[in-house]
Amino acid sequence: MQKAIKKYFPIFVLPTMIAFVIGFIAPFLLGIYLSFCKFTTVTDAEFIGLENYLKTLDDPEFIHSLWYTALFTITTVIIINVLAFAVALLLTKGIRGTNIFRTVFFMPNLIGGIVLGYVWQLLLNGILANFDRTLTYSEWFGFWGLVILVCWQQVGYMMIIYISGIQNIPGELIEAAKIDGASPSQILRNVTIPMVMPSITICTFLTLTNGFKLFDQNLALTNGAPSRMSELLAMNIYTTFYGRAGWEGVGQAKAVEFFILVSVIALIQNRLTRSKEVQQ
Amino acid sequence: MKKKRILALLLAAAMVGSLATGCGSGGSGDGGSDGGNSSEATGKVYYLNFKPEQADQWVELAEQYTEETGVQVDVQTAASGTYESQLKSEMAKDEAPTMFQVNGPVGLATWKDYCYDLSDSAVYKDVSSDDYVLKEGDEVLGVAYVIETYGLIYNKALLNNYFEADWSTVKSIDDLNNFQALKAAAEEIQAHKDDLGVEGAFTSAGMDSSSDWRFKTHLANLPIYYEYKDRGISSTDAIEGTYLDNYKQIWDLYINNATCEPSMISSKTGDDATSEFALGEAVFYQNGTWAYNDIKGNEVADEDLGMLPIYIGVEGEENQGLCTGSENYWCVNKNASEEDIQATLDFMQWVVESDEGRDMLANEMGFVTPFTTFADYLPSNPLVQANEEYNEAGKTPVSWNFTTMPSENWKNNLGSALLEYAQGTGNWDAVVSAFVDGWATEYAAANE
Repeated sequence: MQKAIKKYFPIFVLPTMIAFVIGFIAPFLLGIYLSFCKFTTVTDAEFIGLENYLKTLDDPEFIHSLWYTALFTITTVIIINVLAFAVALLLTKGIRGTNIFRTVFFMPNLIGGIVLGYVWQLLLNGILANFDRTLTYSEWFGFWGLVILVCWQQVGYMMIIYISGIQNIPGELIEAAKIDGASPSQILRNVTIPMVMPSITICTFLTLTNGFKLFDQNLALTNGAPSRMSELLAMNIYTTFYGRAGWEGVGQAKAVEFFILVSVIALIQNRLTRSKEVQQ
Repeated sequence: MKKKRILALLLAAAMVGSLATGCGSGGSGDGGSDGGNSSEATGKVYYLNFKPEQADQWVELAEQYTEETGVQVDVQTAASGTYESQLKSEMAKDEAPTMFQVNGPVGLATWKDYCYDLSDSAVYKDVSSDDYVLKEGDEVLGVAYVIETYGLIYNKALLNNYFEADWSTVKSIDDLNNFQALKAAAEEIQAHKDDLGVEGAFTSAGMDSSSDWRFKTHLANLPIYYEYKDRGISSTDAIEGTYLDNYKQIWDLYINNATCEPSMISSKTGDDATSEFALGEAVFYQNGTWAYNDIKGNEVADEDLGMLPIYIGVEGEENQGLCTGSENYWCVNKNASEEDIQATLDFMQWVVESDEGRDMLANEMGFVTPFTTFADYLPSNPLVQANEEYNEAGKTPVSWNFTTMPSENWKNNLGSALLEYAQGTGNWDAVVSAFVDGWATEYAAANE
């Protein structure tokens, strides 16, 4: 059987491989090539070397969106994970209606980002209107609006991952800790958290990359207003590519830098949290 | 074991097979339609339309043409503010638009490598003057298909109530012919808005992307127009901003006498402003002839629609007319196949020469066109008629100089600065800087 799998391996892998090459590898390589080009549409590129990359470095809006996105990601990673973990702890205590709560918390995740963005725009603008303000009044209104939206959307998803992590902790470990006289906070710190480290790895990875890649919600909620100051990285790339004649290549160069940045951060994060995981 | 192996092989074959047929059927479908077209030697037309106001009418017109001639015409309309991005991605496709639009000389600079020379086309021969085409040397690359006018649309019924009120200082529409009068009227209406039953003198000066072009582009045209006029030029690489104080005056007037607080305008949309005007909640609404389609059929009757020139406080502006010009030029994609180009040219000719096309453009879409074939087809749009009245009265129309603005980015930066000034989070110097310094840097960047 093992031999048979080896023998027919190419046939089984082929369809996925073709799709992967067409849908990912080819556009990715083309994208890297285009970042060194000047072009109007992607089919008429002219090679110009590193010029696009130099332009990205003295684009103040790009630099702004870089630290704005970093700040946004740090904020959301912390808030989402703390909230999700807290809710997961609560919903594994066996309180009444646990399943309903789990479902309700998970549901926001099923709604698309654009829809969420518009719904929250209405909600938040409705509240802010009482103070004669709107979400696009300043970049910080937009910032916290986005944080609220993204937390609302992702806490439920991360909660499910944490719940499964907590449920996998062997009951005897907790029991043993209790018999040894550990207080609930000691159990949490010394048993529960080390045991759910794999879930923490996954959740921080997901929230971190989600934070950097956020686009739909940003587009629908503030669309970068005011003055493109509430623009996250992905959207900055989009507006550079589409919004400025002659800057398509620069947008492409930003996209390549973006890819490198996100991969490096994700790899570092993975290594850091992985090293804290314990074997059961 | 052997059976299993055969089964596995069969399964694999089925998988690959289904994949191949999946692709194959798609391909053969396309091939079939291509074959059908080439055997009849007709191409097809794909028009990427810029004006969402007339989206449905274009689709209807395309269907009529297909019914009549059997030539396939696809019309796509880009959502407000997304035309350039949609055009960019559509042009990269195999089935690229055969007919698209540029918004003037600056837009043409981006797309001129894609524009077919229209100098032998029927549409070009129908154009009444070369003022309405975009030329590059001897080549005609774009032909305007609509002449539009904008100004301050006003509600005659409400304004008459104001003229008749005992607290008003401006007593007739004929006196409302300069900035001082406009300012007095607007501020009095604002102060007595409850007496008139309105929410404000002006509609909300929304800076959402569906509305901000009314100010960062159309309103900004006036200071540019007067500066060009003083300097005797028609475009420049460095604007001086001599009339920016006037720009500030009118912007202050708009934001301080509107239906909402200036701090709220960042999220007000074009629809908000339209509905405020159409429901009679505001007296003045800066927009153009194209807005008629959205206004009609609401609270404001057609005979109550009028349009005032936008007065910004320049000497001699009593003789200023409305702003008239075009930023809608048809271009034909020269990279399309020859049949498709021919089909597109035929379609364009049909639109401007056939009864159906002319009726649709003039009566349904409400366009004034630069074509000689339209002599009997003057639109019923009351806003267009307002413009006729100004022309007949001998007022000088303001030309559309915003087509010479150096880039979209310039407009966006100006819009942002205007918004921040209105909200109180920025000052007017930033607007001046975006206008003057931004012009020079953007011009240099666009023409490097």
